Amino acid sequence: MLSENAVKEIGLIRNKYHDVQSSLLPALYVVQREHGWLSPEALKEVGEILNVPKAEVKGVSTFYSMFRHKPMGRHLIQLCTNVACMIMDAERLVDILKSRYGLEPNGTTDDGRFSLIIMECIGACGTAPAMLVDTDFHDNLTEKYIEEILAKYK
Amino acid sequence: MGGGEGEGGRAVNKTVMGKVLLKNIENPNSADIAGYIKTGGYKALSKALELKPSDIIDEVKRSGLRGRGGAGFPTGMKWAFAAADSKKPKFILCNADEGEPGTFKDRPILEKNPHLLIEGMIISGYALQAEYGYIYLRGEYPKAKDILEDAIKQAHDKGYLGEDVHGKGIRFHLHVHQGAGAYICGEETALIESLEGKRGQPRIKPPFPVNEGFLSKPTIINNVETLANIPYIIEIGADAYAEIGSPDCPGPKLYSVSGHVKRPGVYELPMGTTLREIIYNHCGGILGDKKLKAVIPGGISTPILPADAIDCPMDFVNMPKRGSMLGSGAVMVFDETVDLVKVCYRAIKFFEHESCGKCTPCREGVGWMRAILERISNGSGRAGDIDLLIEVSNNITGKTFCPLGDGAAMVVQNFAKHFRSEFEEKIH
Ligand SMILES: Cc1cc2nc3c(=O)[nH]c(=O)nc-3n(C[C@H](O)[C@H](O)[C@H](O)COP(=O)(O)O)c2cc1C
Ligand code: SF4
Repeated sequence: MLSENAVKEIGLIRNKYHDVQSSLLPALYVVQREHGWLSPEALKEVGEILNVPKAEVKGVSTFYSMFRHKPMGRHLIQLCTNVACMIMDAERLVDILKSRYGLEPNGTTDDGRFSLIIMECIGACGTAPAMLVDTDFHDNLTEKYIEEILAKYK
Repeated sequence: MGGGEGEGGRAVNKTVMGKVLLKNIENPNSADIAGYIKTGGYKALSKALELKPSDIIDEVKRSGLRGRGGAGFPTGMKWAFAAADSKKPKFILCNADEGEPGTFKDRPILEKNPHLLIEGMIISGYALQAEYGYIYLRGEYPKAKDILEDAIKQAHDKGYLGEDVHGKGIRFHLHVHQGAGAYICGEETALIESLEGKRGQPRIKPPFPVNEGFLSKPTIINNVETLANIPYIIEIGADAYAEIGSPDCPGPKLYSVSGHVKRPGVYELPMGTTLREIIYNHCGGILGDKKLKAVIPGGISTPILPADAIDCPMDFVNMPKRGSMLGSGAVMVFDETVDLVKVCYRAIKFFEHESCGKCTPCREGVGWMRAILERISNGSGRAGDIDLLIEVSNNITGKTFCPLGDGAAMVVQNFAKHFRSEFEEKIH
């Protein structure tokens, strides 16, 4: 069930647009922020609020890689491995997350603390390698620095 | 000062200009409206509102401004097309999807100079008599969303946005719309689909967005950097603006430089600055003083160039003559130690991931290219694989619905053209 707040927020979003379906992506963001992911029930509810068919809501939400369709850990690591980060050794960081945290791409740690998603470019190429943890940018990552950063996310 | 012969004989004008697009960004409160106004912000808006909308469009036309999103389409011409269409309402969309790998030039404007973009959009809205604007912002820039929304609120409170812009009886509303991790949504018609709450798959053109765009209404789509140039054009006038940089594509240009240079980052320089100047003067040369092997000059979709091509001016006219493109001005620098086969493989893996699946040559062909590159890269390539790769790429070229598939093919063709021996060395 979506919270009262979420339903209210989606109502406000609708005022920004001339048509209803334009509020679909922002509405999905509201739900994802609240639940951490988009469950089939949540997708159904959004569809009902916006009067968009269920299949359309699902088709749209699964097109976009930043919408999650399974539960995530408490903190989401989005690590870039595109070319600029790759040549600055981003793959080593992927290995470290695997060996030290037991964290595989698209996986979640056993304690539910972190999930990892490998990203295409996140626009931090000048300070590569880089990642987002939740909504925070961290760049110029090194083996040691990434551990210091992650220690702050409980 | 030598260098850069531009088209038409006039040398690239390298007069060092004050910063326009990155003005003030070292100031810790650069995103705040008070600081922006203090350094002359929103003055161009006042000036523009005294002009007739058609005069602003003429001014932008005469300035020679070309779109900074990648294709370099003349901005004034695009605006004139939209202005000529009588359907209402009209929409202005700012393309802040910045998805092209290597590109991070719009980010400083979005995060540190948001009022410059907002001012540019209000002026554009007035010129085009569009009452609604949206900034389509990539999902990967969550901080920029908050900053832009705060800035929009400030502009609203000051009376620069809303039902009565600057007391002139003009309406302009502006909102941020967040994308969700799809590179293809940077393509303008896919962006519109996405803004309409649909899957971001490109539309057939024509009709062009200037006639039938968002909700089938006339829609102007411009890149962040393009719109951020508008206040300056109004401020100094088209003639003065046209004197900056390259004659056929003037103005200041943001170059985002990454890879093996000593000082990577975003540089605001006159359009037409050579790659050599960018890499060796502004960025301090190659990291560890190694040798330069190759440069991708305009984002991952643009053809890679060998080291001996770096005297080419970085603009929309000269780069194509040298076999590449200015693209988004995202310079990716590779030193002598880089495994270019691996770079090519990673680039194509990106395109495979981002193909929207609408047309077969791209959806299937790019996957095949990735598979061949993957095996060459990990040492299990077969005799004939390089020719096979090129053949697959040739079967994509010209057969795709949008430029993404073509771009992927071009990447492969140019890696193979300039660095074939590196691929051959991997096949035993
Ligand atoms: C696959 C693809 C991705 C694109 N991504 C972007 C982008 O992230 N940002 C952008 O401004 N333009 C992008 N473009 C170009 C837009 O389609 C469009 O030409 C541009 O936004 C027009 O604005 P301009 O004239 O100000 O450059 C992309 C084009 C293609 C084909
Ligand atoms: S070329 Fe690729 S991205 Fe473009 S429409 Fe075809 S499948 Fe989609």
